[in-house]
Amino acid sequence: MASELPNKPEGVAKGLADFGYLASEGLATAIFLSLSLKRPLFLEGDPGVGKTEVAKTLAKWLDTELIRLQCYEGLDIAQALYEWDYTRQLLHLRAAEASGRAMEVGEKVLEDEMYHERFLVKRPLLQAISHSNETPPVLLIDEIDRADDEFEAFLLEMLSEYSVTIPEIGPFEARIPPVVIVTSNRTRDVHDALKRRCLYHWVEHPGFDREVMIIRSRVPEVSENFAKQVAAAVELVRDLGLYKPPGVAESIDWAIALGRLGSKELDESSILGTMGALLKYREDQIRVKDHGIQELLDKALARVG
Amino acid sequence: MSVETRKKPTEVPELLTVGFVTLLRSLGLTIPIGSVIAFQESLRELGLENRKSVYWAGRTTLITDPENISLYDQAFIGFWEGQAFIEQDLSPLIQTVTLAIDDGPSLDETANDEERPEGEVINLRYSTSEVLQQKDFALYNLRELEEAHVLMQAMLLIGGSRSSRRKLPSGKKTQYPDLRRTIRRSLRTNGEPIRQDFLERGKRLRRVVFLLDISGSMETYARALVRFVQAAVVGRRQVEVFTLGTRLTRITRELSSRDLDRAIDAAANSVQDWSGGTRLGETLRIFNNDWGQRGIARGASVVILSDGWDRGDASIMSEEMGRLQKVSHQIVWVNPLKASPGYEPLAQGMAAALPYVDRFIEGHNMESLTNLAALLSE
Repeated sequence: MASELPNKPEGVAKGLADFGYLASEGLATAIFLSLSLKRPLFLEGDPGVGKTEVAKTLAKWLDTELIRLQCYEGLDIAQALYEWDYTRQLLHLRAAEASGRAMEVGEKVLEDEMYHERFLVKRPLLQAISHSNETPPVLLIDEIDRADDEFEAFLLEMLSEYSVTIPEIGPFEARIPPVVIVTSNRTRDVHDALKRRCLYHWVEHPGFDREVMIIRSRVPEVSENFAKQVAAAVELVRDLGLYKPPGVAESIDWAIALGRLGSKELDESSILGTMGALLKYREDQIRVKDHGIQELLDKALARVG
Repeated sequence: MSVETRKKPTEVPELLTVGFVTLLRSLGLTIPIGSVIAFQESLRELGLENRKSVYWAGRTTLITDPENISLYDQAFIGFWEGQAFIEQDLSPLIQTVTLAIDDGPSLDETANDEERPEGEVINLRYSTSEVLQQKDFALYNLRELEEAHVLMQAMLLIGGSRSSRRKLPSGKKTQYPDLRRTIRRSLRTNGEPIRQDFLERGKRLRRVVFLLDISGSMETYARALVRFVQAAVVGRRQVEVFTLGTRLTRITRELSSRDLDRAIDAAANSVQDWSGGTRLGETLRIFNNDWGQRGIARGASVVILSDGWDRGDASIMSEEMGRLQKVSHQIVWVNPLKASPGYEPLAQGMAAALPYVDRFIEGHNMESLTNLAALLSE
């Protein structure tokens, strides 16, 4: 599939659907534009709505490598871009010294040898830029909101030029720019300049029908009717004002858990037994129980009809 | 990508894109030219036949904040579907709210002030900054407020520092070796690493989150504190500002304009419930759910400005304060009433919140704000 990209957003939606990701029209359009305009795509949304999954599925569909950079506080160049292999550098130096070569060739030659590409440890960003394939890799910069804002500034530079310079070696430039997906859970505001460099899409929780389809495609062992019951119950739970309303990821986990228990129909005992797959806070579980499992069940079943 | 499979790019009249962008800008959105070009390019790719494609092309290129989506939706309907909408739906967004106290006196008022017979304003005329230090904000006149604002901006509001995970070169011997520097240095000694270099953990500013109660009784104090906070927001000093009332409003973004009056205006406009009632516990819950727990309050100093009058359920208040305490570094409660003689924290909300509060201080005058600034930078 990699050689020819579709000329319409519908083609993107279909391509992703073949690999089990059901994208909304808006998301499909955003991905389509990102591919055709060669701009990074910035995905923001609540946890568990499937942001990271977009990049994973995209890599499968395009049949290319997925390079993932998980952001965290304190992430620096050595972790994100490159680092020298110090141990091997030291060994090289000691060998040169022991054999007397160090004295012979002098500091300049020794330095050139040491800061050679073979001692370079390429971290995700450099891997994505220096790839040599015809199909560019998918670079996933996950949870950018966890990194410090200094890192954002650095990323801004890299994403606009698709090139980086390593002082000891020189510039690396991407022959074909990688497909870049940046995700954020919005725990803080990412600087506008970075968002402007990208196409922006806010990922929503899916509607009822799409959620049913997602569950069906991800958990094929459950029946259509059962998937509907699960989706209806999840939708109701999301409206209870929880700390962490379940995302699609949780719906899928829950459906899998229910499936493993051999449930064919949603009932009170199976809900109680599998609640941990859906709700990850004790307070949320208590709230749902206080609300009444039976009532929830009745409403969900009534919705499905 | 082979050329044959591509659709012929659609010609998109610039007038159309620029016209739409102009409408969005007139509604208060900031859209740089780069985004307009991206919008134009997107439309060329997608064509104009499909209304939804046009919608998504604009949303992915022109909007970078989910809070602006509903504004975009309305503008889209208005522009591309030709419906008159601005008068009815957007009037609250573009109307100018005049704030009597906030902006200081207008020119006319100042002029009048000067012309007034001295007898009428005599007790106010002597307001030197020293007197201001002690005077309750509620008793300020316009001119005193203006003076106070100048003083407030001069105050440096920063959170204390905390240790960061980012490491920096260190002069001391630490537990983190700096191999990069050590090896580079060893080149000079023919590859013998004689001197070892080290790294140490850097420092970062601790985030400060302000939650300002803007119910009727607190309005004066909230307006005063907004000024105090604004300078810190402009300096990107890790400060977040929200207002609590009948609803929660984040005003950090609005306050980030360098033009103080514009910033305050924008913030005031975005808040729709000035001087309303308070449902402290419930708005605090919204804060915890949407912002606090997800990251903004994590490890932060949280400053709540409120008199603790809560018309809601006290058990909600106590539950939400507990949640906030679990994720924050410290909670400072600023209560202007605390300075009144014989004050006891009896208000329902206040009593419920107090067990979770690390510092309980007064905040009725300049002096107490100076104390607050000092306390936060500890």
